[in-house]
Amino acid sequence: MTEILKTEGLSRYFGAVTAAENINVTITEGEIVGVIGSNGAGKTTFINMVTGYLPPSKGSISFDGKPIKGLGPRKLMRKGLTRSFQIPQLFLELPVIDNLSIALAAAEHKQFQMLRPVHTPERLKAAEEILEQMHITEYRDEMVTAMPQGARKLLDIAIAMLGKPRMLLLDEPTSGVSMEEKYTLMDTVMEAVRARGLTVLFVEHDMEIVQRYVTRVLAFASGVVIKDGPVDEVLADEKVQELVTGKQHKPTASGGDA
Amino acid sequence: MMKADRTELSLIGVAIAVAIAAQFSPNWLVFTLTLAISTGLVVMGVVMLMRAGLVSFGQGLFYCLGGYAVGLGGRFLGITDALVLIGLGVVATVAIAMILGLLVTRYREIFFAMLSLAFSMILYGILVKSHGLGSTDGFGVVDWTLLWFDSKTGDSANMALMLAIALALLIALFLNRYFKSSIGLACEAIRENEVRVEYMGISRQQTLYINYVIAAAIGSVGGSMTALAAGHVDPTMAYWTISGEFVFIAILGGTGHVAAPFIAALIFTLVRTYAIELAPNAWQMILGIVLLLIILFLPKGIWSLFTRKKGAAS
Repeated sequence: MTEILKTEGLSRYFGAVTAAENINVTITEGEIVGVIGSNGAGKTTFINMVTGYLPPSKGSISFDGKPIKGLGPRKLMRKGLTRSFQIPQLFLELPVIDNLSIALAAAEHKQFQMLRPVHTPERLKAAEEILEQMHITEYRDEMVTAMPQGARKLLDIAIAMLGKPRMLLLDEPTSGVSMEEKYTLMDTVMEAVRARGLTVLFVEHDMEIVQRYVTRVLAFASGVVIKDGPVDEVLADEKVQELVTGKQHKPTASGGDA
Repeated sequence: MMKADRTELSLIGVAIAVAIAAQFSPNWLVFTLTLAISTGLVVMGVVMLMRAGLVSFGQGLFYCLGGYAVGLGGRFLGITDALVLIGLGVVATVAIAMILGLLVTRYREIFFAMLSLAFSMILYGILVKSHGLGSTDGFGVVDWTLLWFDSKTGDSANMALMLAIALALLIALFLNRYFKSSIGLACEAIRENEVRVEYMGISRQQTLYINYVIAAAIGSVGGSMTALAAGHVDPTMAYWTISGEFVFIAILGGTGHVAAPFIAALIFTLVRTYAIELAPNAWQMILGIVLLLIILFLPKGIWSLFTRKKGAAS
């Protein structure tokens, strides 16, 4: 399998505080990787560094074999690496269809053509297709403010996917979503991910979600990756249980790839 | 070729109606309308910036540049053609806005507002100290021509209004499409969420820069038209209270439609004219009360009256 993302010695310090230390990770194309860790373990710092939101203090990052350290979100998106957010980053006072249309226009990567009308028949069709795929068609003409949290999460991920990425980083896709909605939401997202053949790295606190949807897990504690491996092996690890999942959590028989 | 939409047909219809009505209107109304349309053009620039989340207290800079370009072009370069004079203003303004835009579009909120105000006041300071340009008194604009028309012999007030209507219509038609274009929507997206905009692959800086330069160019046309209609330019065109008036009118009209700045500018001009007549020493208070009432009851501006009605009907 082709290596798509590689970090070597990746570290981030905030003054005397170490948010991430010596992170060495290699992700191959098509992998669905979970990132777990308690609050402040360095998961989001890692995602922020990889997606150009936060410059690393040390180390290197390469995407598709090319160094990407120092590149901002815009350039990374154009290389095929993008993300969704724990708190959905949307245009709240604009209709859902406009949120998607602007993402589609931006995905064409032609700044000059930005002067052309935003709502073209092709873009409207593409927007409607992804709304249907994410099961949020009913909100097409609503303002984002009228959407419930789960639908906003799906819209946030849909917008990220419209950029035609090769790798998608999802920051806590199920946070703030009710227990009943979590699996429906994840099923929808994973279906869209598989349809596009994306590589996914996602931060998650819910171990049942992790077991069900990922093949490999990175366990973070105090800014360090303490365990990297197949989901059952990582969740069964004593150190992971002690520092991340809690002693009471045992991997279930249904765990693994969904 | 895009077909004209309802807004564009309405704009064309209103422009023709105003042009015809002006032929039967008294001179004072023709002049007032010309000033209102010219002001509306500058306000349109303010609205463009507001849609991107930026409030400029320095749009007077471009208004003044447009006005002085007309004055200086006639006086020192011997240019009399109104369209060439207006074009001269646009070129000068775009050149300056392209330089200033590199800096100001990096700032947001109060910093953008104050920086734009500062540049406007620098121009004011320069003009006040320029005795060759009439210092605080400014100077008169030479007689101008337009195709077969000569302001020396013809009805210059009427011709200035016709020119203002034509330019305002062209600009309004352009902006109607601009607001619906990807870049127009990108400006609104930047106002809503800059982080997401960057992650979509859109350059915030480049988008705001283009928007800023276009807004400046339109402001310059407003200034040039004012100079042609009034026949005089002076440094107060760049003074911060004039820029404040443009913001006042933008709030009065709202940012929802290309026609809103023109309607608001006309209301503002009429309210001010009558307020000065009624209460020469307290007209600012009357304007203040009007703005207060608008903010309280129509926070999205006068145009929201139309959208409310439309919403209720649907």
